[in-house]
Amino acid sequence: MQYIPNILFVIVLVAGIGYFTKNIRKVIRNIRLGQDVDRSDKKGERFKKMAMIAMGQSKMVRRPIAGILHLIVYLGFIIINIEVLEIIIDGIFGTHRVFAPLGSFYDFLIGSFEILALLVLVSVIIFWIRRNVINIKRFKTLKGWPKNDGNIILYFEVVLMTLFLTMNAADLQLQELGAAHYIKAGSYPVSQFISPLFDGMSQSSLFLIERTAWWLHIIGILVFLNYLYFSKHLHIMLAFPNTYYGDLKPQGELDNLEAVTNEVKLMMDPSADPFAAPSEDAAEAEPSTFGASDVTDLNWVQLLNAYTCTECGRCTSECPANQTGKKLSPRKIMMDTRDRLKEVGDNIDKNGSFVDDGKKLLNDYITPEELWACTSCNACVEACPVSISPLSIIIDMRRYLVMEESAAPTDLNNMMSNIENNGAPWPFNQMDRLNWSDE
Amino acid sequence: MAEYMAEGKKPEVLFWVGCAGSFDDRAKKITKAFVKLLHSANVDFAVLGTEESCTGDPAKRAGNEFLFQMQAVTNIEVMNAYEIKKVVTACPHCFNTLKNEYPVLGGDYEVMHHTQFLKSLLDEGRLAVEGGKFKGKRITFHDPCYLGRANNVYEAPRDLLKKLEVELVEMKRCKRDGLCCGAGGAQMFKEPEPGNKDVNIERTEDALETKPDIIAAGCPFCNTMMTDGVKNKEKEDSIEVMDVAELIANAQDL
Repeated sequence: MQYIPNILFVIVLVAGIGYFTKNIRKVIRNIRLGQDVDRSDKKGERFKKMAMIAMGQSKMVRRPIAGILHLIVYLGFIIINIEVLEIIIDGIFGTHRVFAPLGSFYDFLIGSFEILALLVLVSVIIFWIRRNVINIKRFKTLKGWPKNDGNIILYFEVVLMTLFLTMNAADLQLQELGAAHYIKAGSYPVSQFISPLFDGMSQSSLFLIERTAWWLHIIGILVFLNYLYFSKHLHIMLAFPNTYYGDLKPQGELDNLEAVTNEVKLMMDPSADPFAAPSEDAAEAEPSTFGASDVTDLNWVQLLNAYTCTECGRCTSECPANQTGKKLSPRKIMMDTRDRLKEVGDNIDKNGSFVDDGKKLLNDYITPEELWACTSCNACVEACPVSISPLSIIIDMRRYLVMEESAAPTDLNNMMSNIENNGAPWPFNQMDRLNWSDE
Repeated sequence: MAEYMAEGKKPEVLFWVGCAGSFDDRAKKITKAFVKLLHSANVDFAVLGTEESCTGDPAKRAGNEFLFQMQAVTNIEVMNAYEIKKVVTACPHCFNTLKNEYPVLGGDYEVMHHTQFLKSLLDEGRLAVEGGKFKGKRITFHDPCYLGRANNVYEAPRDLLKKLEVELVEMKRCKRDGLCCGAGGAQMFKEPEPGNKDVNIERTEDALETKPDIIAAGCPFCNTMMTDGVKNKEKEDSIEVMDVAELIANAQDL
């Protein structure tokens, strides 16, 4: 009988981690639906970038208020996880505060967890006020699920931190009463102020409070873990690979499509035989599309970007097109990409392989009007705290519109035919190019 | 350039004029100002003249990779035939494309924006930059996206302006946070999408907040957009939009 809590704990833990693993495998499979792009180079530089941007939060703090609050929650999350390790060991082996023999270092650990927990609570409350009370445009424009999702995460944090402190407060009372099993360990700079609430309670009710808070806390953590997959909150894990695999090129540099290079080279090659029958492998190979009309035309880094986006909206708030009332919102580009990718993934889960659902990322999610409003100024890329590039998706979709559908706005078609005909975006004669020198 | 080749000489640098610099009446003035500076610094330079063609930047940003690469390969053939090593241009779009997007296609050159090149001439003591008639004027510099964020060049144009002994004032959004003028990504060549304001107006308002005498630019397209913005605000009598090269050349009455 005495092992029932331990067995129960292991079941809960395995179920929680198991379901999470299953869903994360789906995320990885969906990301792999993207086209191949080689990001295995420059490991040192990539690692440095990840260390600076993801671990060091260097881009978060460019907006100091949100940045510092986020830094607290981030540190709290990472450091308080040491406590979760102790909880898991205690849960499996039926011990209590297994790290207590660390002595004064343990006091220091628990003390700092408590202070962090309080700071996290304060930060999360300020976050909630920023999202729901203060008029911040990038949060105000979120409606429906994305808005609720953002708030649910904050409620989770409040509940978890409160449970953690309640658990410690009850524990402290039990320690002082000299209850069996509750060894005197740890320091409680925050929960000592909660503890008086429990004054005069019997040992058994204190025990009940402590155990309930302990169980709800760990179950809460597992539920939170599993909630991640369904929310926008995967950035707490994916920010690391996303900054590692991010683009290292200067922001102004767009990739040169290799498929196009091959075509152009063939056209420029005087010895190429235009009437040659295509070689057998070329005939068998599926003709590649230029640009992207759906998520599977994007590369896997762009899809990783979509899962990493946590909808903070810094990109959209910096976007010149958005600021001047155009439909384009870089955040929406990322959200649409993820929504569509999830839809494609669910389709695969249901049917075994993708069955055409008559929908595409282009038109059904992202309209050409949004795409054509972009000035390619890179403000969104610069603003993103985790190296996401909405611009690269916009350009790939423009490529599809122009090269597959010839669907550019008329003005741009004129510009392009001018370049084709006379080597300049305006209809001037190539032979007049040097006239400025005589004027 | 053809003449240099015929004489068996090699210029120090190729000046890539660009389409705006060749054809646009306003941008031609920038081209001429820059050439005056090159002459005054005794730089041995050449231009491709009628052999130059659009780099393909607007086509690429509009999504026409095919047209871009056709342009790029053609230009690279020409420049490689002339064994070009170093290129300078007064257009950040040409600069970005030549510098970043040509190497993969076989065109590897040292590419400099004209403000970087002028700065290097200044450092080498070949070019004198003096305040002259702009001394003490309030000037704000608008960062072109393709020079600033795209390639992290923020200081060269500012260093040159400071040498003019002007009062350099920054807009609230500057350097990496600079707001686009609205011309990039092929927007220059089309009407904007429906919205409640044009991007160049928004940016001009940023500039006007600094109460400048002159708005300095480093890009022919930004120049056009800001000039239009200033006209829209009916400030064209009191505020001039000028390229950094023009400011230096005019200061010395070249």
